[in-house]
Amino acid sequence: MDSNIAPSQPSVPTVVSPPMLQNEPPAIAARTVNVFYGEKHALKDVTIDIYRRQVTAFIGPSGCGKSTFLRCFNRMNDIIETCRVTGRITLDGGDIYDPRLDVVQLRARVGMVFQKPNPFPKSIYDNIAYGPRIHGLTTSRKELDNVVEQSLRRAALWDEVKDRLSEPGTALSGGQQQRLCIARAIAVSPDVILMDEPCSALDPIATAKIEELMDELRQDYTIIIVTHSMQQAARVSQRTAFFHLGELVEVGPTEEIFTRPQDKRTQDYITGRFG
Amino acid sequence: MTAGVLALVLCVLCFAGFWLGRQEAVRIRSGGVQPHSLPSYYGSYVALVCGIPASLALLIWISAADSLVRQFVIAGLPDHLSALPEGDLALLLTDVRNMAYGRVPLNTARPEIVGAVEHYLRLGEISRWLMWLVVLALAIGGLLLGRRMVSAEFRARNAVEQILNILLIASSTVAVLTTIAIVLSLIFEALRFFAKVPVTEFLFGLTWSPQTALRAEQVGASGAFGAVPLITGTMLISVIAMLVAVPTGLMAAVYMSEFMPGRLRAVVKPVLEILAGIPTVVYGFFAALTVAPLVRDAGMAIGLNVASQSALAAGVVMGIMIIPFVSSLSDDVLNAVPNSLREGSYGLGATQAETIKLVLLPAALPGIVASVILAFSRALGETMIVVMAAGLAANITINPLDAVTTVTVHIAALLVGDQEFDSAKTLSAFALGLLLFVVTLTLNVIAQRVVKKYREQYE
Amino acid sequence: MMQPLHAPPNEAGVSALPRRVAESMMPTEERIGSRHTDAAAEARLRARYAAQRRFKAYGVLAIGVAIGALLWLLITLLSNGVTAFVQTNLRLAITFDPAVVDPQGNQSPESLAQGDFGRVIRDALRQRFPDAQGRVAVRNLLALLSSGAEFELRDRVIADPSMIGTTQPVWVLASSDVDMFRKGFFEKAADGGAGGRLNAQQVAWIEELAASGDLALQWNRLFFKAGDSRDPELVGVLGGVLGSFFTLFVCLVLAFPFGVAAAIYLEEFAPKNRFTDIIEVNINNLAAVPSIIFGLLGLAVFLNFFGMPRSAPLVGGIVLALMSLPTIIIASRAALRAVPPSIREAAYGLGASKMQVVLHHVLPLGLPGMLTGSIIAMAQALGETAPLLMIGMVAFIVDIPQGLTSSATALPVQIFMWADNPERGFVEKTSAAIIVLLAFLLTMNAIAIFLRKKFERRW
Ligand SMILES: Nc1ncnc2c1ncn2[C@@H]1O[C@H](COP(=O)(O)OP(=O)(O)OP(=O)(O)O)[C@@H](O)[C@H]1O
Ligand SMILES: [Mg+2]
Repeated sequence: MDSNIAPSQPSVPTVVSPPMLQNEPPAIAARTVNVFYGEKHALKDVTIDIYRRQVTAFIGPSGCGKSTFLRCFNRMNDIIETCRVTGRITLDGGDIYDPRLDVVQLRARVGMVFQKPNPFPKSIYDNIAYGPRIHGLTTSRKELDNVVEQSLRRAALWDEVKDRLSEPGTALSGGQQQRLCIARAIAVSPDVILMDEPCSALDPIATAKIEELMDELRQDYTIIIVTHSMQQAARVSQRTAFFHLGELVEVGPTEEIFTRPQDKRTQDYITGRFG
Repeated sequence: MTAGVLALVLCVLCFAGFWLGRQEAVRIRSGGVQPHSLPSYYGSYVALVCGIPASLALLIWISAADSLVRQFVIAGLPDHLSALPEGDLALLLTDVRNMAYGRVPLNTARPEIVGAVEHYLRLGEISRWLMWLVVLALAIGGLLLGRRMVSAEFRARNAVEQILNILLIASSTVAVLTTIAIVLSLIFEALRFFAKVPVTEFLFGLTWSPQTALRAEQVGASGAFGAVPLITGTMLISVIAMLVAVPTGLMAAVYMSEFMPGRLRAVVKPVLEILAGIPTVVYGFFAALTVAPLVRDAGMAIGLNVASQSALAAGVVMGIMIIPFVSSLSDDVLNAVPNSLREGSYGLGATQAETIKLVLLPAALPGIVASVILAFSRALGETMIVVMAAGLAANITINPLDAVTTVTVHIAALLVGDQEFDSAKTLSAFALGLLLFVVTLTLNVIAQRVVKKYREQYE
Repeated sequence: MMQPLHAPPNEAGVSALPRRVAESMMPTEERIGSRHTDAAAEARLRARYAAQRRFKAYGVLAIGVAIGALLWLLITLLSNGVTAFVQTNLRLAITFDPAVVDPQGNQSPESLAQGDFGRVIRDALRQRFPDAQGRVAVRNLLALLSSGAEFELRDRVIADPSMIGTTQPVWVLASSDVDMFRKGFFEKAADGGAGGRLNAQQVAWIEELAASGDLALQWNRLFFKAGDSRDPELVGVLGGVLGSFFTLFVCLVLAFPFGVAAAIYLEEFAPKNRFTDIIEVNINNLAAVPSIIFGLLGLAVFLNFFGMPRSAPLVGGIVLALMSLPTIIIASRAALRAVPPSIREAAYGLGASKMQVVLHHVLPLGLPGMLTGSIIAMAQALGETAPLLMIGMVAFIVDIPQGLTSSATALPVQIFMWADNPERGFVEKTSAAIIVLLAFLLTMNAIAIFLRKKFERRW
């Protein structure tokens, strides 16, 4: 059923291909993706499948290209003038780098949460309502209220903010702000959520809350998370991909990667020998 | 020019001082003793001690001598002349000065004037001699003193640095002194005006007509000094200017910073900034020559009655002048909005226009408001465009097709040409100036506060 | 600094195609009914892109308005002004009768200075057109000549006395009306006259002269070597240019050292306390004070209190210096801030004193930036008009100013005064003076940009 992905052979030999749930096609399939920043070759021939309704974690030492790769999935790299992407990435079988494809639509389907919480300087309500409003997802105020409430509930923030929805989103604590950003992404009802080190600015309690949340969201969304914490990757993800110097070294079920890594570099990294 | 010659002599003395001081230090060193500082510091020290007090004295003389001589001449006048009212006395003295300089033939018919002219010339001579004497004495005294100070133990470098430090501090207070001088001169002259015309009449009076006496019983005043028509006129023209400049400047800034490719922006931005570099007198000429007739003809064509110096023409041209202020300030403000907000919005699938309208502009709003306030303050204080294109008709109206006038136009009109310095008419210009100063200063202070708050928000 | 964000790379084709793409993106049954790809979403997306296009159109419109206004202004000035660089002259066969032009008969300059060159020109013209009979006709005929023609002719004869006693064709200056007619600024009326200033007979004479090649446009030397005049064909910008030059000289000499010294103090030495806070706030506010207020300051303090001469470049320069000071200080501080701390640290590491670090290392590196800022401040000062009006630099001055204290006007003030003249010839000369002013401004800015580019350094 997925004719345009199958033929291209993986060029990275270390890809551990058998997916966990073979009965479902991958949500996202990337084939020989290369990314250049001007002259700099930031990502080399990356081929990977991302599966539905699970959390995929990208790990690797700093500067290895995790964020760069993540930003390819909703074409956030387009806004960097020097950035050039080659290769093929499909979302549900459609090429997302098709010149006829609309990035606005793509980004509505592939939401993103950033490393640093970046709430808009607006009220909590308006922060959440922003996506539904611009995409015209609701027709009445009641419906919008409902979307806002549901999104905040799913992001486990509702109880903390339900009495102060009109306060500015920037007045929340760091952890709350990050959950607000997650709620903001959920409110658009995307298919995929990308998270770039969502917990790096947070304390352990806030981190625990967000990890819990990811586990919860996994029921409905395909999630990709970049993290520097091996523990976090182990806790929240079902599949893990290890990147090194712009290459995808190894990808597979999280348990296998952490217990039986195939590549020496992966082993060195997860045992803390470098990075 | 004699002061110029003296200044030259002073320079020569300073150089001599430098040379002497350095020479002495070199001599000490060749005598086997190492002086505390390098020889050139000793030279600089002697030069500074020689030059600074003398040049201060020279400056004081230049600024004070004339009024001193004037006082003496007045004191020397026969009683019936020195008892003249201040205005006439000033005129008389101007005559005396002109005759003394030979710009006007000597009025031999009036012996007391001839006496005053001679007195004036004699005093001028004396004061010039005194100046030479005092300045040279100070310079040579300083030179000798400085030269005496030169010794191996003397810390010339520290002394020179201390003097330089004081000079630097003095320079940085010039700006403060300027402000103080502005405030004092405006308040002082305005108070003299308010002694003749009550403040309430000035601020709330509805008629501005400084030339003609309206009511015979009006004390001391020659006309009506109600500033309201000038204030409303200023507001009308400034508001028209803002209506042109704010949307245009803001949209231009948004388009340039968010949509335009870098290379094109590098061309367009400086081109827009040319608008800010064109002198306002050029805009004034343009408004009077081209825009005002065009506005009038266009109005006539659709059956409207348009004044030939309409507020609309002046306001539109002023607006064009202000566009780059609004656009470059807005550009700064938009650039200060953190990138993470842009990314957040794009990440949710917003288009660029939505991101700008719904995220960037609201986030930048305080900064934009501040830049609009600054631009407005500039419009209020703009003079040449309105002097040339708005005229003197003090109407109270909000019809942009009528002729109105502004505060600045009347300041200029009242003070260009000869003035009697104790008439309410002339002094009223300073009251208007004080009003303008207070309003623009308040707006600037508010704008700077807002900008500072805004910057802190994103730091 | 920040890269502009260009999100949608394919705006053009977007609204036409996305549906097909979206369908191709829906190979599985789950996707059907996705809220972002169904038909309603497509429609919404089209509307959103339409909104974006409208938004961008406003931006393009705003930039278009601004650039259009600039072009309109420049084209108006150029089309009105370039013709002023040539001037209409008449060729007449003039008989230099020694009895008339050389009363003492020795061909000395003194003798020629008393000669009546006006008469020989008038005679030549009347000879050329013997049909002009009667007082009115003769007066009309002589009105074709400029009142300054005789002085030009006299200077030519003084330079070449061999012309005396001969009859030869000589080019003499025509009046402004002839000039305007020749340049096509006067429209011919139904009665054969032109521009409301020339009657049918005069037009006929002019056309006859033109037909025989005795009427020609020649390079307008006078415009670059004369001062003001009542007649548009005799005016020149030299008086204004020199007045501006002297004024700017004083301005630069005062503002640059004080500005740089203040910047050094505030940036390098000033402790962070209330006093320096006040100075800083004060400098920012002073930069936004309307220029006319500085004029009031100059009038009240320098003219009235210190009794300095009216209309003198000296006072104008002082006033403009106070006005430029904040700009120079702000630019100089930015230049000092751009000098990296590593250079200071390196110098301190070698045991230099703070003053030595600043004078030997920081100042030389910051100097190009300071110069650039100062040139731009001087360009602003060059265009400034309002404060100069207040201190009496707005006077009818024919003579070219000789020094800092002689009565003078400045180029922008000259423009202001000419602009006040309704005569068509003055419109042309005003525009030409503006072209000269803009040329100076352009040169100064070009120098500033050149300096900045040349000394731009990346550490
Ligand atoms: N905008 C850019 N322009 C040029 N080079 C860039 C840009 N962004 C990233 N790079 C380079 O691309 C490489 C990959 O960067 P990336 O941000 O993807 O790393 P990362 O794995 O996310 O690192 P970290 O864990 O520190 O976030 C780095 O070497 C980086 O220097
Ligand atoms: Mg990263």
